[in-house]
Amino acid sequence: MSATVERWGGRAWGALLVGLMALFIVNVALMVAAVATNSFARRWLGTWLPDGFTTGWYAAAWKEFQLGDVLWVTVEVVLAVVVLSVLIGVPAAYALARREFAGKRIVLLLFLLPLIIPPFTYGIPFATVMYRVGLAGTLPGVILANLIPALPFVILVMTPFIEQIDPNLESAARVFGAGTARMFAYVLAPLLMPGILAAALLVLVRTIALFELTFLTAGPDSQTLVVALYYAVFAAGVRAPQSVDAMAIVYMVVTLVWLLLALRFVNPTQLVSRVREQPA
Amino acid sequence: MPHDFKQLRLDRVSRRFLNPSGAITTAVDALSATIPRGEFVALLGPSGCGKSTVLNCIAGLLPLSDGSIFLDDQRIDVLPPERRGFGMVFQNYALFPHMSVRANVGFGLRMRGTPAAEAARRIAKAFALVQLEGHEDKLPGQLSGGQQQRVAIARAIVIEPPLLLMDEPLSNLDAKLRLEMRGEIRRIHRELGRSTIYVTHDQDEAISLADRIVVLQDGRVQQIASPQEVYAQPANVDVARFMGYRNVLDLKVEKTSGDYVVVSGDGVRLTGTIKQPLDGARAWAAIRPEEMTVGTGGVNVIDGKIENVEYGGRDSLIDVRTGSGLLLHARTPGKPTPGETVQLTVPPERVLVYPHGGAP
Amino acid sequence: MNAAARVARPALIDSAWLLVGPAVLFLLMLFVYPFLYGFALSFQPLEGGRLANYQNFFADSRAWRTLVTTFGLALPVTVINVGLALPIAFRLRRRTRYQRWITALLVVPITLGTVLIADGMLTYFGPRGWLAQTLQLVHLYDGPIRLTHNYWGVLISLVISGFPFAFLLLLSYVTGIDPVLARAAATLGANRFNQFRHIYLPLLAPGLAITFCLAFVQAFSVFPSAVLVGAPSGSTRVISIAAYEAAFENYDYAMASTIAMIMGFAQLIVVAAVLALRRAFYRGPVSGGKG
Repeated sequence: MSATVERWGGRAWGALLVGLMALFIVNVALMVAAVATNSFARRWLGTWLPDGFTTGWYAAAWKEFQLGDVLWVTVEVVLAVVVLSVLIGVPAAYALARREFAGKRIVLLLFLLPLIIPPFTYGIPFATVMYRVGLAGTLPGVILANLIPALPFVILVMTPFIEQIDPNLESAARVFGAGTARMFAYVLAPLLMPGILAAALLVLVRTIALFELTFLTAGPDSQTLVVALYYAVFAAGVRAPQSVDAMAIVYMVVTLVWLLLALRFVNPTQLVSRVREQPA
Repeated sequence: MPHDFKQLRLDRVSRRFLNPSGAITTAVDALSATIPRGEFVALLGPSGCGKSTVLNCIAGLLPLSDGSIFLDDQRIDVLPPERRGFGMVFQNYALFPHMSVRANVGFGLRMRGTPAAEAARRIAKAFALVQLEGHEDKLPGQLSGGQQQRVAIARAIVIEPPLLLMDEPLSNLDAKLRLEMRGEIRRIHRELGRSTIYVTHDQDEAISLADRIVVLQDGRVQQIASPQEVYAQPANVDVARFMGYRNVLDLKVEKTSGDYVVVSGDGVRLTGTIKQPLDGARAWAAIRPEEMTVGTGGVNVIDGKIENVEYGGRDSLIDVRTGSGLLLHARTPGKPTPGETVQLTVPPERVLVYPHGGAP
Repeated sequence: MNAAARVARPALIDSAWLLVGPAVLFLLMLFVYPFLYGFALSFQPLEGGRLANYQNFFADSRAWRTLVTTFGLALPVTVINVGLALPIAFRLRRRTRYQRWITALLVVPITLGTVLIADGMLTYFGPRGWLAQTLQLVHLYDGPIRLTHNYWGVLISLVISGFPFAFLLLLSYVTGIDPVLARAAATLGANRFNQFRHIYLPLLAPGLAITFCLAFVQAFSVFPSAVLVGAPSGSTRVISIAAYEAAFENYDYAMASTIAMIMGFAQLIVVAAVLALRRAFYRGPVSGGKG
């Protein structure tokens, strides 16, 4: 008797949870679909579908928001951030994974803080310093700003990855006569490559979407796509909403292409936390 | 759950899995067995033979695909695990890391709402039984492997289950501790006087612990018998191989007479005992190394040269190559040197002959 | 890399610092220094005594109310997000193809970020959007539907970006708990609810606390959606808007830094409270079996 109640209760509870999840996903999907529809809409006022379709808004947005320049800045910023964060972050991750050294706990805390403290909290003082030293509004300033969360992120993704590489492989390479350089070239680098690729892709996706720090430090010539989109939405009253949505779609496509690529190599959970893959 | 049960009966228990590739794997195929109260049964087989699946089915952690399980007249395979009331000891112990050892042991009683005084008494008794007094307030992580093992056993027996299920409980311990715990488990079983089902891939463990052994392979029962019988009279050639008959020769049947048979080939000619009706011109002859001794005379004599010696203290395991190139394993006292020529002998009762049947 | 080699050759310590050095230096310059600079600056107001900025903040109702507004958004949002994410992540704890699809789908709103969500909400949740049309079609609600440019708009946008975050984080904690523990509890007589109550929940406590903290801190520093889908001069004038205005509209960097410090301090208090609460419940390892 009570077993039946329990079973039905369990099923109802399960159905409720699945329903909530479905509700969430469907609404987010419809939201994206609404943006996409509007970006192709000739005119869309309170009806189910617009009264005609056009691709004209994309050309309009391209010109109106100078998307060519914005995209170029975005590419420059993202590339610089990915390269620098990997170059500086991977050696640090290696040291954290393999070595014990005085001050390691403090170093770990230092790498953790920028990921825990939300960008807006430290972004204001950071922007202040950037204004004082004259880097605010410049491309290097924006790159530096984006490196603050990107660098720790690379380190925290790479550390567990390096930890799971058997240190005996490096010892073996040395025993068989490889010096540091050749050990790195023939053993370590190939083993690290998948992890670096994953970390680089994740940082890339996160940097494209990182709004606050760029917003606080960028000038008119150093806006990335997401900041330009913010200003476009902010000024939605004076622009045609369709051209804002066209820009949103451009931003979304750019982000999602890289996200899909990243998801081929990493577990989605890695975007938000430091996890180790467990055997099923 | 009645504790004065008479028997547990498995009736054509089957369990099939759907592979990720879409194929259906039969992990357990129509297993039937009856386990009377007080018996210690070992489920023995190589890894992947389905023995853990059987145990999980009995515990209720896996649903059956077919068949049923009865405790006396009550059908229990439809009950969830928490209503079956069996005690289970897991391979990696599965101790709750966030609870003290005492809370771990008392968990089952807590779930049953046992009054505090009664629970304390039974927990103390369980600690005494596994000889862990003094460790009650530690966390599991602070104990050694052997101690964790004892906690796992205490946790399972404190609920006084009709049936104690053990899934390779010793496989994570080192060799010395394993031998020690074997004795403990046997003692605990005797003191509780209930039934134990013990899963293992180690035939020594099964032989030394069990009253009865169920040999499983590929999800099918190969033999259900006493340890002596499984050891000395394996039901088929697969069981023989698994039970340590390292010499399995593919020979031609020459003639049979009653239970005896003469088989030959590869330069050897042996008289053996038929264990299963022979069905063709060829047969398997299975011989334990320790029953093939160096010496002269007897019915079965094989000449050869020692190729390799593995010294074991009391005796040596030797590999002997016959003139025809056959490699045989035998045991001999002392420590012979490789290269010596020897004559091996084995009594016909200890040459077990099985039909050729399927592949080896 | 064994212990003996490390003890015998202290030179290794230097090489480790050689490897982490650049990253440490970098963060000291770009993260720690600005923070300290901002902290010092907050005590150097444009006019008045050392504490004038802090006094002004708490004296000006337009300023301190932003703190109330922010808590009023961040706390309910965090409770909703973590409260929804916990049972759903628990439900999906087994590694299946279904689980992988859900996680991949939920990463999308996180990745797209609050700006795009805000834009999407203006189109979809707006008074003439599909949602309003659907609700009116089925007569669920016939009055005007206002889900943007107010408190609810910001709340929804924070759920859209925050729920997947909380879910993915919790999922990684849930899947880190050995399912054998729950099976062991089952054989000892624990039904599903008791398995959750006595095994999963205490083992999840540390992860739950961290998830709550991160989700809260994120919601607390809400900016783009508070401006774009909220009422930035009214019901959703959150503290980050006040900080932004101080810096970029009044060019009072000292006051902006003060507000940033207050913001950080408020977050710190909640995080400390949650962690203390967690400590009261559970201290111990998360992995099962052998210790």
